[in-house]
Amino acid sequence: MFYGEASGLKMGKATRDAFGRALEELGKDRTDVVVVDADVGNSTRTEWFAKAFPERSFNIGIAESNLVGIAGGLAASGKTPVIASFACFLLCNAYDQIRMSVAFPELNVKLVGTHSGISIGEDGPSQMGIEDVALACSFPGMTVVVPADEPSTRAATAAMLDHRGPVYLRLGRPSVPIVYENGVEFRIGKANVVRDGKDVTIIANGLMVAVALDAATALEKEGVSARVVDMHTVKPIDVEAIRAAAEQTRGIVVAEEHAPFGGLGSVVAMAAAENGISTPMRFVNIGDRYAESGDPMGLLKKYGLTPEAVADACRSVLG
Amino acid sequence: MAVASTTSIDELKEKAKTLRRHIVRMTTEAGSGHPSSSLSAVEVVTALYFGGFLRYDPQQPRKPDRDRFILSKGHAAPVLYAALAEAGYFPVEDLMTLRKLGSPLEGHPNYKRLPGIEASTGSLGQGLSIGIGHALAVRLDGYDARVYVMIGDGEMDEGQVWEALAAANKYRLGNLTAIIDQNGYQQTGATKDVLDLTPLDEKIRAFGWHVQTINGNCMESVVAALDAARKVTDRPTCIIAQTKKGFGILDVLQETGDVNFHGKPLPPDLAEKALEVLK
Repeated sequence: MFYGEASGLKMGKATRDAFGRALEELGKDRTDVVVVDADVGNSTRTEWFAKAFPERSFNIGIAESNLVGIAGGLAASGKTPVIASFACFLLCNAYDQIRMSVAFPELNVKLVGTHSGISIGEDGPSQMGIEDVALACSFPGMTVVVPADEPSTRAATAAMLDHRGPVYLRLGRPSVPIVYENGVEFRIGKANVVRDGKDVTIIANGLMVAVALDAATALEKEGVSARVVDMHTVKPIDVEAIRAAAEQTRGIVVAEEHAPFGGLGSVVAMAAAENGISTPMRFVNIGDRYAESGDPMGLLKKYGLTPEAVADACRSVLG
Repeated sequence: MAVASTTSIDELKEKAKTLRRHIVRMTTEAGSGHPSSSLSAVEVVTALYFGGFLRYDPQQPRKPDRDRFILSKGHAAPVLYAALAEAGYFPVEDLMTLRKLGSPLEGHPNYKRLPGIEASTGSLGQGLSIGIGHALAVRLDGYDARVYVMIGDGEMDEGQVWEALAAANKYRLGNLTAIIDQNGYQQTGATKDVLDLTPLDEKIRAFGWHVQTINGNCMESVVAALDAARKVTDRPTCIIAQTKKGFGILDVLQETGDVNFHGKPLPPDLAEKALEVLK
């Protein structure tokens, strides 16, 4: 059993795998792309690029601070460096280096955090990036993208390289179902409605899009029509998608695989408040706590990231 | 000794004095800043910009084949601003806008706002990593450009510097030179008391670098060391410049009873005295 199955989705690759293949492919034409790795390339999948383009790949050892600084220098000299590590190590360990060597000078560095959320499973909380979206969003000028599946990650990787300026791309470890089986139109900052509905809107990203689709499938049996919006770009947020949800449905549920403060839920709520969009909201996330080791599905259930939890939030928001 | 054909040691010494006067004037005018940390680095910065070592064009500050100078100890920004102004990046009068609202001469170097600044620094420990990025990039592009990074000796406390030292050796970055401005003091006291990292030369040599230790306030020694470093192309080079914080106006600083004189400007009366000394 996997989330998305109830909605007829087929299992696809992990987003980190999709990224790795896309980067390898794009690297052929994009000779400005350089990969720097802090010795996790076989986990982040940048090793595929490194095998194809060894002269443009540097493994600088387990040193995230140095990793980010080197990327800043490469970008200042005209390269497009892609640096990938576990979301928690990249954002938490090297936060100040991202601030000083990437965000503040507005350098064209692509930061990729894999192994985000609790769905990494058995390795446990020290390896789980549950604060990374909040940290990434906190940098002025940073673009933050959280794709849901394999096709959209491929598109997001290309869009990330085409975008001028710092980008954080958040990816996951486990295989995830394919949301965009029939192709994807991917534009940074433009949310995708992956299922239309008229009663309630679920705004989700990452693997929570598949969870949201299952919630919508379950709600349909009760006669509740739920719209599912893939808010793959957290920053800049798509205000119009939020406005449409508020005007065309009766409430919003935001679902994310992240800690509650500073992530997608916070950003959606603030964007709504700031733009005079008034609608009831509920938030589904990990909660204000660290998780534990365990199998990914067991963790998602225990920490409330299930279609049932999302459906409950929808019922609650509809009163 | 390969000094730039146009600039003699005497001329460099005169230029150093000019930079020192700028440093004293602009920090006193600003009412804050780090003049003593800037003064220790004057000979190295002067030799780099005016002794024929850095190849740059103020009209094309981001020219891909330029040499790069990164001031990792960003609080010494006044010495860099003084050099950039003298080199023609912006008018010398602008130095008096240091730290004022609207001025690109910020308290610490801002890459986005001022031509000639190669990295935004001020959070210590990061410049050498940025320098490695530049050095790798110019190597990939086939330019023979050199990258110089100035680090404070207090700044060597930061772990990231040691990550960078190791990585630069791995890639045998013969186009990278680190200059440690070993002025012996950091914010709260002497570096040997705060965190003694000596002997720096043996440690850095053990990381695979070519290391020279020199009197960093002696122009002849600085020029000779930069020249020797430039001839080493098979590995990164380090110059440990033993300097004095506040060099050039040591007697004036002595009067204050604070030889460290960290992070504060000279009051106007002492600035006048200092400018007399620097005539």
